[in-house]
Amino acid sequence: MANGNQQSPEAIRVADLHKSFGTHHVLKGVSLTAHEGDVVAIIGGSGSGKSTMLRCINFLETPSSGLISIAGEAVAMHPDGSPSDRKQLERIRQSLGMVFQSFNLWTHRTVLENLIEVPVHVMKCPRDVAIDRARKLLARVGLAEKEDAYPAFMSGGQQQRAAIARALCMEPKAMLFDEPTSALDPELVGEVLQVIKGLADEGRTMILVTHEMKFAREVASHVIYLHNGLIEEQGPPDQLFGAPQSDRLKQFLKSVA
Amino acid sequence: MIAGAVLASTLDLLALSPPGWGATLLTGLAKSVMIALGAFGLGLLIGTLGAYGKLYGGPLARDLLAIYTTIVRAVPELILILILYFAFTSSINNLLLSWGFERIQISGFAAGIVVLGVVQGAYATEVLRGAILSVPSGQIEAARAMGMPPLMLAWRVTLPQMLAAAIPGLANLWLIATKDTALLAVVGFAELTLVTRQAASTTKAFFTFFMAAGALYLIISILSTLLFARLEAWARRGQVRPGTS
Ligand SMILES: Nc1ncnc2c1ncn2[C@@H]1O[C@H](COP(=O)(O)OP(=O)(O)OP(=O)(O)O)[C@@H](O)[C@H]1O
Ligand SMILES: [Mg+2]
Repeated sequence: MANGNQQSPEAIRVADLHKSFGTHHVLKGVSLTAHEGDVVAIIGGSGSGKSTMLRCINFLETPSSGLISIAGEAVAMHPDGSPSDRKQLERIRQSLGMVFQSFNLWTHRTVLENLIEVPVHVMKCPRDVAIDRARKLLARVGLAEKEDAYPAFMSGGQQQRAAIARALCMEPKAMLFDEPTSALDPELVGEVLQVIKGLADEGRTMILVTHEMKFAREVASHVIYLHNGLIEEQGPPDQLFGAPQSDRLKQFLKSVA
Repeated sequence: MIAGAVLASTLDLLALSPPGWGATLLTGLAKSVMIALGAFGLGLLIGTLGAYGKLYGGPLARDLLAIYTTIVRAVPELILILILYFAFTSSINNLLLSWGFERIQISGFAAGIVVLGVVQGAYATEVLRGAILSVPSGQIEAARAMGMPPLMLAWRVTLPQMLAAAIPGLANLWLIATKDTALLAVVGFAELTLVTRQAASTTKAFFTFFMAAGALYLIISILSTLLFARLEAWARRGQVRPGTS
């Protein structure tokens, strides 16, 4: 698999992943490998299976078959694809920070409480250490003043930045983004992309499902074009966006331009 | 003059020390409240298990729970209490006899809690099931994605999230529990309604005693409504009130 950091260790590997919802075959055998420091962008039309693929990586969706391996450790699966080792899965999930389209901050907790929830209660990190880390992250995403605010009283852009900080507060090995700016008003998109760009620049491993083609071209080290549950084309961004090979990708890029 | 005399005799009737009946009424009230608390608590427990069973249980659990909630909610409570009370006490005694023990007299207190708790549990199952369903799936998904174990998730995410939706229904159930304790009078348990009847028929001051009992039930209701309102405000912390944004 082509990407920019083949010399660095493997972070995420997906091999021959299939997923059906009932009789609806959504993923028909997709594979990807992200090495540490890679930024893999997944693009494709609506319903092509981008979210499903991302959600299979941390088993929010149960794969029908295939292999998911994080930092060289395969997620243990039953023959039907369901996870067979709950403790292992929970540990692996803590190493993957997921950011959702709709933020999904816990509404009954303040921003700071959202950030320290999993570090303190699940990962058993001392509270003061977690709070310290959380405050640094909030400062970094520009929300130092908001630690006592409840999410519902913040703008979408602020909520998404807090959600990114919440994921980072687990000190994950990699980040998974599912269209992090699609639910935002246009004027709020920039502030969130800027935070994600900062993460890419510091060499964080990330997989990013996005409709923002310009942004994908700017930050990605590798781009995957998904069509109908299959990888139709992939490569470095300049190649994929600059000289697309398949007609479908050409058409897709025209349609979103 | 006459009004003063009526007031004085009323106060005498309600005095705390005999021959006044005040202490008796208050003891009856305390028993009613304790039974209501026990029944409400048992109902919450049954309701929590029932709601999770209905939502996530196997087909058998779902069928049994459906039968339970349907029957309990269809049959008048007075009849249920008579059935459950006599069935409960006689089945325990049958069990004891078959094991070679003596019959026991089941305390009206324990039986009252169990009987009303079973009734409350059926309604609580539905209230809590609806409340669990009202929790946005993204809230639960975020916790799953971060590796939170299922029981912690239920306790730290689902429960606090569903509380706001559940409290109005639970407040209703609590008020029903306090009033349903009066039905235990039919099985001879000395809660507030029964002792009121005794006081009234002994003294012939029906109006005084039933008004007094009514006032006591009203006070309980007002206090609990205030308490539940505060609880709901706390559970709704972090939510934008409709119309304010
Ligand atoms: N839980 C589900 N149950 C049934 N079908 C589903 C489910 N989730 C997704 N699908 C179907 O799988 C297909 C792929 O969905 P997916 O959400 O992965 O697409 P996507 O590429 O992320 O699209 P979008 O750009 O609109 O987010 C769609 O046809 C969708 O209807
Ligand atoms: Mg999607």
